[in-house]
Amino acid sequence: MQLETTINGNKIVLDFAGGEFLAETLRRYGYLSVKEGCDTGSCGLCTVWLDGAPVLSCTTLTARMEDHEITTIEALNVEAEEFAQFLVAEGAEQCGFCAPGFTMTVLAMRRELKHPTVESINHYLAGNLCRCSGYKGQMRAIVKYMGVE
Amino acid sequence: MKYIGKRIPKIDGVGLVKGVPAYTSDLAINNNALIVKILRSPHASARIIHIDTTDAMAVPGVECVLTYKDVPETAFTLAGQSFPEPSPYDRRILDPVLRYVGDEVAIVAASNERVALRALAKIKVEYEVFTPVLDVESALDNELKVHATQPHTNFDVGCDASRNVAAAHSLEFGDVEAELSRCEVVIEQTYRTQAQAHAMMETYRASTSIDVHGRLQVMTSTQIPYHVRRHLSVILGLPKSKIKILKPRVGGSFGGKQTASVEIFPAIVTMKTGKAAHLVYTRQETFCCTTSRHAMVLTVRLGADKQGNIKVVDIHTLSDTGAYGEHAPTVFWVVGQKTLPLYSAICRYHGHAVYTNKAPGGALRGYGATQGTFALESAVNELAEKLGMDPAELRLKNLIKENDAHEALCGSLPGRPAVLASSSLDRCIKKGMELINWKNSFPAKDIGANKRRGYGMAVTMQGSGIAQIDTGSVTIKLNEDGFFTVSHAASDMGQGSDTMICQIAAEVLEVEMDQIIVASFDLDTLPYDPGAYASSGTYVAGKAAVIAAEQMVAQMRGAAARILDVSAEAVAYDSGLLSASADKKMSISELATTLCSFAGMDQLISKGTYGGETSPPPFIAGFAEVEVDLETGESKVIDYVAVVDCGTVINENLARIQVEGGIVMGIGLGLFEEVRYSGKGRLTTNSFMEYKIPSRLDIGEIRVAFEESHEPTGPYGAKSIGEVVCNTPAPAITEAIYNATGMRCRNLPVTAEKILMGIE
Ligand code: FES
Ligand code: FES
Repeated sequence: MQLETTINGNKIVLDFAGGEFLAETLRRYGYLSVKEGCDTGSCGLCTVWLDGAPVLSCTTLTARMEDHEITTIEALNVEAEEFAQFLVAEGAEQCGFCAPGFTMTVLAMRRELKHPTVESINHYLAGNLCRCSGYKGQMRAIVKYMGVE
Repeated sequence: MKYIGKRIPKIDGVGLVKGVPAYTSDLAINNNALIVKILRSPHASARIIHIDTTDAMAVPGVECVLTYKDVPETAFTLAGQSFPEPSPYDRRILDPVLRYVGDEVAIVAASNERVALRALAKIKVEYEVFTPVLDVESALDNELKVHATQPHTNFDVGCDASRNVAAAHSLEFGDVEAELSRCEVVIEQTYRTQAQAHAMMETYRASTSIDVHGRLQVMTSTQIPYHVRRHLSVILGLPKSKIKILKPRVGGSFGGKQTASVEIFPAIVTMKTGKAAHLVYTRQETFCCTTSRHAMVLTVRLGADKQGNIKVVDIHTLSDTGAYGEHAPTVFWVVGQKTLPLYSAICRYHGHAVYTNKAPGGALRGYGATQGTFALESAVNELAEKLGMDPAELRLKNLIKENDAHEALCGSLPGRPAVLASSSLDRCIKKGMELINWKNSFPAKDIGANKRRGYGMAVTMQGSGIAQIDTGSVTIKLNEDGFFTVSHAASDMGQGSDTMICQIAAEVLEVEMDQIIVASFDLDTLPYDPGAYASSGTYVAGKAAVIAAEQMVAQMRGAAARILDVSAEAVAYDSGLLSASADKKMSISELATTLCSFAGMDQLISKGTYGGETSPPPFIAGFAEVEVDLETGESKVIDYVAVVDCGTVINENLARIQVEGGIVMGIGLGLFEEVRYSGKGRLTTNSFMEYKIPSRLDIGEIRVAFEESHEPTGPYGAKSIGEVVCNTPAPAITEAIYNATGMRCRNLPVTAEKILMGIE
């Protein structure tokens, strides 16, 4: 099957199999920042933006992507680099496998939450699992990054 | 010091966060690899009577379908251990006998995943189904056998398949029974620990092909690249020199990838077809068809006098190794090895690891010490209550101290107990008491109408490397422009050993860290290291890095002396400058350029190899504040204080995250993580919906403090940290819950249900 969509600002015609999910399509097209950690929509590793809002690409059908804007972390180099510096300053990325999807959620959260608190941040990020870090270092990084009082 | 003890970001951190391709599936994606899928046993115990692959082979796009008839019959173990491995050789690539739900029946390789799955569905298998052995406590001497024949073992580990025993062990220092009969106070209790899943975020995967030299090339997400090469060599009958191993970034492991669960499947496909092959386990396969923490039943007997002097520690363990004995003997030994030395008492450790028809047990962070700590420390808490003593004071009175000898310490020889060269555990306890306000809080307090907060504590130790067995090596090359390449195979899986080794080398070489390239990817270019396990990275490979770097400094001074025409002793080295006098000096860069030219003709390469005579234990004192809702039974760890003795803290960032991550894993173990089975032996917790790992909403405050000791044999005084971190939460939390509710849970995890039933 085929459809036209926009990935990271570039119009592209995607070839894909029926029933294929976006995570698989994106990886096949070389957007290798998109990771997958589960088969049940439970881990958040595959998070990308659809029209500017975070979605799980592992449960998003590619067939529905006609005329949408998909954004992966590859397109957010400057913002991602800025947040990454906060994260690594806390040592809060360990294996790093969860980090791109987590960062996509954090960058969306920064735009969305006007008055972030530790509690609202925790809830926003509840769907992003990390088995390595224990989450506390991630929070220390976010608090500094977002300037939470 | 410039780098040691500093908070230094990981050298690969920013790249990983930004999603730069770095993991196995990222790097192996464009070689048109065949996709490998595996048909698995639906039965916990069965034998293949008939298997027909004709229809599967006929599916267009299928390249090969392999059954037990098509693959070598060699028996082996997948445990990542130095040869001769203690684990029994009880596996084959494919076996007509199936020993758990999920055991491999056939391998399919096809042009893409959809085709492979279609072919899998077309394999016809007729099974003879047997009654499985599912209960660990009746497995021993059960008339049903998990293994009908006795597996080969490299030496006597007590394996006896006719009794369903994978390993047996007994170790006694002093006369336990005699001493126990003299004790005024005795505690005897049985504790149960559950199977826990690693749940690393990157599932198991490997990618294989034949390279231009005709060698089998294997890229794999592993923490044991050298052992993987040895396994494949033995199983496939290929010389090691014909196998090339690549270890990219690894997306978490926690001991899971210390068992080579997947590499052999794409490898056999590539050997059969000559084509590239790629296998990625689904999350479900990762839960059901790899390994997990051994579930155990531990009976502890403690004897003491009325003044609280602990005289006897006796631990009996029954370990469930599931269908295969990967790490069965060693995890089982470590239960005793990393608990008995804590207390200076007459002690014994004994029991069995038994086979059952369940998914295999394996290595998981803590490696038996986690289970042993839960049992022993829970019993010590119970003893304190019986004595009417503060549990922290009871420990301070009895714990092993710096410079004490203990026969159960790793590295002891008969009649020559090893000496504990470094410990600040007493300081860790005192500091923890202060941080959690122990004197005013213990044992519990009311919070509103239906909530109570309880307090509990535990201590633990681990090791640093495997004494007198494993060694790691590091090489350093001075490149032509004056930067260095440091090579090692300590196998960073996220914990940061690449960064730690870079830091240590930079410290000794007195250069900036960005003047050092760390090579750890291509085994062909790396010196030997058994891999990232047994908490070896910092202590073993870190020490090897110190030696290699010191040797490099000596070599540079020697080479500069030759070029400057002075004696080596006359050349001083200071921060990149080699000087004999005001006019006789040169920079590293000048030296390197000269040495790589006709004028110098001597490229410098240094090496360091290290292995410990002992395995210096890191220690932790853990304190939990747990709030329990008396109406719902729900509990939450409000505050967890961990005070850590890992010797010198080499990199506080990396060390702190290890502790926080390990504590959270331990909280999961204590409160809700559990691998469960159906009555027929099917593993039911096969997704993140069924198997809950802690999310950020489950975690309260975690406070980590370091109380440094100085380990004289370690690099800059350092010991390990990676595993010791997940041992204290379970016993500290269950004790806190007891103090809050009066319900003592000796059976992990302490779920809300158990608490509620216990209170009523
Ligand atoms: S891969 Fe786990 S939520 Fe998408
Ligand atoms: S850093 Fe490994 S899963 Fe988050």
